Amino acid sequence: MSENKALLSIENVETYYGNIRALSGVTVHADAGEIVTLIGANGAGKSTLMMTIFGMPRARTGRIMFDGKDITHLPTHEIARLRIAQSPEGRRIFPRMTVQENLQMGASLDKLEFFDEDVRKVFDLFPRLKERINQRGGTLSGGEQQMLAIGRALMARPRLLLLDEPSLGLAPLIIKHIFEAIKELNKTTGLTVFLVEQNAFGALKLADRGYVMVNGIVTMSGASKDLLANPEVRAAYLEGGRH
Amino acid sequence: MVSEVQKNNSAILRVERLSMKFGGLIAINDLNFEAKRGAITALIGPNGAGKTTVFNCITGFYKPTEGMLTMTRQNGEEYLLERMADFVITKKAKVARTFQNIRLFSGLTVLENLLVAQHNPLMLSSGYTILGLLGFPTYKKAAADAIEKARFWLEKINLVDRADDPAGDLPYGAQRRLEIARAMCTEPELLCLDEPAAGLNARESAELNKLLLDIRDETGTSILLIEHDMSVVMEISDHVVVLEYGTKISDGTPDTVKNDPKVIAAYLGVEDEEIVEMLEHAEAAGVDDITAAVDLMSTEAIQELEETHPDAPVASLVATGPARPIRPAVAKKQSVAKVAKATKVSEDAAPAKAVPVKAPPAKSPSAKAPAATKVSVAKPVAEKPTVTGASAVAKKSAPKSAPAKAAAPQIKAGATANALAAPREGKADRLIDIKGIGPVNERKLNEHGIFHFDQIASWKKADIIAAEAYLAFDGRIAREDWIGQAKALVKASQKKPAPKKSGGAK
Amino acid sequence: MADVQTSKAESTIAKAIKEGLFAAALALGLFLLIVGFRTDQNIRNELVLNQRWGLLAIFVLVAGFGRFFLTAYVTPWNAARAAKKRTAVAKEAKEQSSFRKSFPKIGLAILFIYPFLVISILAAYNGSMMGGLQGSLKYVDNFGIQILIYVMLAWGLNIVIGLAGLLDLGYVAFYAVGAYSYALLSTHFGLSFWLLLPMAGIFAALWGIVLGFPVLRLRGDYLAIVTLAFGEIIRLVLINWTVVTKGTFGISGIAKATLFGIPFTPGPGGFANLLGLPNSGVYYKIFLYYLILFLALLTAWVTIRLRRMPIGRAWEALREDEIACRSLGINTTTTKLTAFATGAMFGGFAGSFFAARQGFVSPESFVFLESAIILAIVVLGGMGSLVGIAIAAAVMIGGTELLRELEFLKLVFGNDFTPELYRMLLFGLAMIVVMVWKPRGFVGNREPSAFLHKRKMISSEFTKEGHG
Repeated sequence: MSENKALLSIENVETYYGNIRALSGVTVHADAGEIVTLIGANGAGKSTLMMTIFGMPRARTGRIMFDGKDITHLPTHEIARLRIAQSPEGRRIFPRMTVQENLQMGASLDKLEFFDEDVRKVFDLFPRLKERINQRGGTLSGGEQQMLAIGRALMARPRLLLLDEPSLGLAPLIIKHIFEAIKELNKTTGLTVFLVEQNAFGALKLADRGYVMVNGIVTMSGASKDLLANPEVRAAYLEGGRH
Repeated sequence: MVSEVQKNNSAILRVERLSMKFGGLIAINDLNFEAKRGAITALIGPNGAGKTTVFNCITGFYKPTEGMLTMTRQNGEEYLLERMADFVITKKAKVARTFQNIRLFSGLTVLENLLVAQHNPLMLSSGYTILGLLGFPTYKKAAADAIEKARFWLEKINLVDRADDPAGDLPYGAQRRLEIARAMCTEPELLCLDEPAAGLNARESAELNKLLLDIRDETGTSILLIEHDMSVVMEISDHVVVLEYGTKISDGTPDTVKNDPKVIAAYLGVEDEEIVEMLEHAEAAGVDDITAAVDLMSTEAIQELEETHPDAPVASLVATGPARPIRPAVAKKQSVAKVAKATKVSEDAAPAKAVPVKAPPAKSPSAKAPAATKVSVAKPVAEKPTVTGASAVAKKSAPKSAPAKAAAPQIKAGATANALAAPREGKADRLIDIKGIGPVNERKLNEHGIFHFDQIASWKKADIIAAEAYLAFDGRIAREDWIGQAKALVKASQKKPAPKKSGGAK
Repeated sequence: MADVQTSKAESTIAKAIKEGLFAAALALGLFLLIVGFRTDQNIRNELVLNQRWGLLAIFVLVAGFGRFFLTAYVTPWNAARAAKKRTAVAKEAKEQSSFRKSFPKIGLAILFIYPFLVISILAAYNGSMMGGLQGSLKYVDNFGIQILIYVMLAWGLNIVIGLAGLLDLGYVAFYAVGAYSYALLSTHFGLSFWLLLPMAGIFAALWGIVLGFPVLRLRGDYLAIVTLAFGEIIRLVLINWTVVTKGTFGISGIAKATLFGIPFTPGPGGFANLLGLPNSGVYYKIFLYYLILFLALLTAWVTIRLRRMPIGRAWEALREDEIACRSLGINTTTTKLTAFATGAMFGGFAGSFFAARQGFVSPESFVFLESAIILAIVVLGGMGSLVGIAIAAAVMIGGTELLRELEFLKLVFGNDFTPELYRMLLFGLAMIVVMVWKPRGFVGNREPSAFLHKRKMISSEFTKEGHG
């Protein structure tokens, strides 16, 4: 791996909830323009890693570098200002704000001139949101809220997009659109994507590289197609699912 | 439409003429379906189609604007759910539910969660607390029984070891299982599960399937299920109801629903992932020949093809023979998806051999390849394995898919005057650049032979009406000025000869 | 690795200097006009501007250096200590739990012998039994009874807030209902304390239901505001319905409680006379002490029992998630009402006791501040935890009472200093400190009501406070 190219590099990070260690010595990196996925069972610590990048909770040991800058101890809002955007676990949209206002909240403050264009892009991706533009976030259906969370993250014009289970609760057709859109954004704008997914098959198909996490430890990593072919990975995460 | 739902004792729940409006928003519109006793009924549909709203009406969290929800219990008692308060529905009508965003009592232990679910019987045995407070033995016994029952379900969901941990501490998948067990502790006759497999990985959803089948077979509980994970829906449900925009668009066994073109268009997309995979590979590599895509597939995928279908070796898929010359490039997934879909339509609608070959030969290979792949990967069509040899496959596929191609424009595209059978130069414009057209509508337009901006730009009034009819829009085309937008885009594309393509070959 | 260490240390100092300078600048800006200048009147009544650069410099330096030391030394030291503690935590947890287990028992034993303990200590100190008796009055009454009343009130409110998660800011209203029920019924009809005690509880419970009905639909802030208003309504009614309540004059001459018919009066037939003891007011106080101890323990016992009943579990489930409760067939309306009624009933008991103890009730005893104090005790102690709440009550009420006693502070601050005046200030400070140190109260952990293998405490990070 080339150290210089890495946009995000997480080195030897350990995170605790109280006295329980959630991540132990995790080392993961994402190069600029890459789609990287993290797969693993529920409770393995994938979402914790996502949140640790944002300093909630903070890494107790180790280092998180973004674009050559140490962000391990940066306040969360300052991390977000580096144009790292997240569509978090549990959606966390603003329930009493309208769809439009939610998207406004996500917009990056120093790039406001692109606001209309970005909103249009989000609506192209999710026409459903356009139909609900003046509805409150909390009144959307679960899947629509998921779309909104992803849309809000995209509004920040991120350099690094963290997606925590974007496919959760979405119709198969929409999942396909989202994955296509991620791929397209990645290709056209060079967006770096860090993706956590339960749908390991889809995620590995989409990503360039993948990591496998078990109980807070990264046990395997490699090119997606190698992981897809790996019998262990297949047995643990792919079988029993859709083919 | 009431007659559609017949009075039937085998139905545990009858939903008749159900409508739900929130202000001006119609969430459910005149919905009829029924759930059979002892069966698993799945409710699927695009996001925002109103599935959870149906659940909320059934479980009393919403009062429907109109309609009747009849629950028939095992003992013959009938309850009109729309007239009952939510907690009474669980208590008396014996309907239990889970929630899309898990609602466990996170600060109570796993065991306590299951005990809270047995509140009503325990309340009775504790003499509404008074006897229990005084330490009467009836309550002690009931409390011990309740714990035993909780233990039974904990064993079922494999959480006995964690019985004394707070529910909020469990991993996501375990929380989902616990929520189901908690609902089962109310001894329901109808169990409503809202996306039980969301956030579960392949293995966990397989376990969930087992649990749900167990519940159905051992306790006789009927299950109503909202789910997007097709591996769950198709594997365990006995009956599937599909909603879109609050109305039912399909209803039947998993197999019929899976192949219903309406469902595919609105919800499933191209049902067979492998085709999409293949096409993506083709695009990624910039290869505009679909058959070449097969070459690009990973070796194990090919192996898989060969294993599942030894009679149709991959070679046969690739070797399409002379029938393949000037076929249009596969530039866009949507257009290809359309082809694949059209193929399916033909399979359903037209008898394969009876239709004469009249489609332009150009299209046949592209249509053929997905058809063949689909057959080999998903579920073999009965006649397929009997055919052997590369050329046989090719020949057989050609006539089969050809009418499909022809059928699509003829049946549907008759709607607008300037429909094309195929995009010019094999490349469709990026119709979603027009505000108001999303991927779904783009696909619909493609199906009706609309591929280019200039086609839309030249629409007349009649065309608009026709297009709005098949897009199921009222006045949106005019309101959003598609034609104006299209004209602008035509101009723009004339300036820039090579516009950016979606996911285009690079 | 060494390089990293030193660079880290340097960066800490550098960061501290930066932050110190920033704090100093901020202080300069803030205090320049407020502290740096002072306007005075001279002898001709003219306004003169005095400049106080020295004082300003002190302010700025304190801010700057304070910040510097905090960042450079205190924070790293704290972090290091926390890290050390974490490694040792596994061992500590076990020791703590054995102490915690026996703590309620020890506490209970002390409570039972407390009056005699006080008397014997004071008797030994004064050298006479009589001196011990008279001296103990203050400690039994001001400390013992006063604290136990608040313990009982807080345990009662704990049912509403800690278990059911309904934020009730008007709890003192039920206390008032109980007190006035006893005062009025005893003065007008001459009914005895032992008859009126349960009646006061029932009246208060009825009022709890009356309040409960309209506010059932409300949640969170709205519920808090309406209950607050209810408390005020009761107080205003007591003030203005002068025909019955005598308004702000209050009701005096309320009959004292008797020990099953034996009055605590001097002279023949009285308690002291019957047992042949010397006359003293202290017997009544000791009797009252045990009475309120009994009432408080009754509250605790009922709470503990109720938590293991379906209704108690339903309350806690309601606090965690109301919608899930309804989906499980629990009637949340009656569940909330029973919580309100049960909590109110104990408030009523405490109220009637209060009236019997004081012999005088007036609306002044039932102001909002009382509600706030009771609520503060519940929150400080840890919602839902009986032991935590008892400790909090002892600290808060005992602490403020103790401040009255601290005459020695006059030696420190001079003779003008009256500790009582600073009572509420210290009270507030103590609350802030405790909430920073233990955000979920003294005992934030929750004890499960049932277990399969082993009773494990549930960390406060999982429990919810409820949304009203």
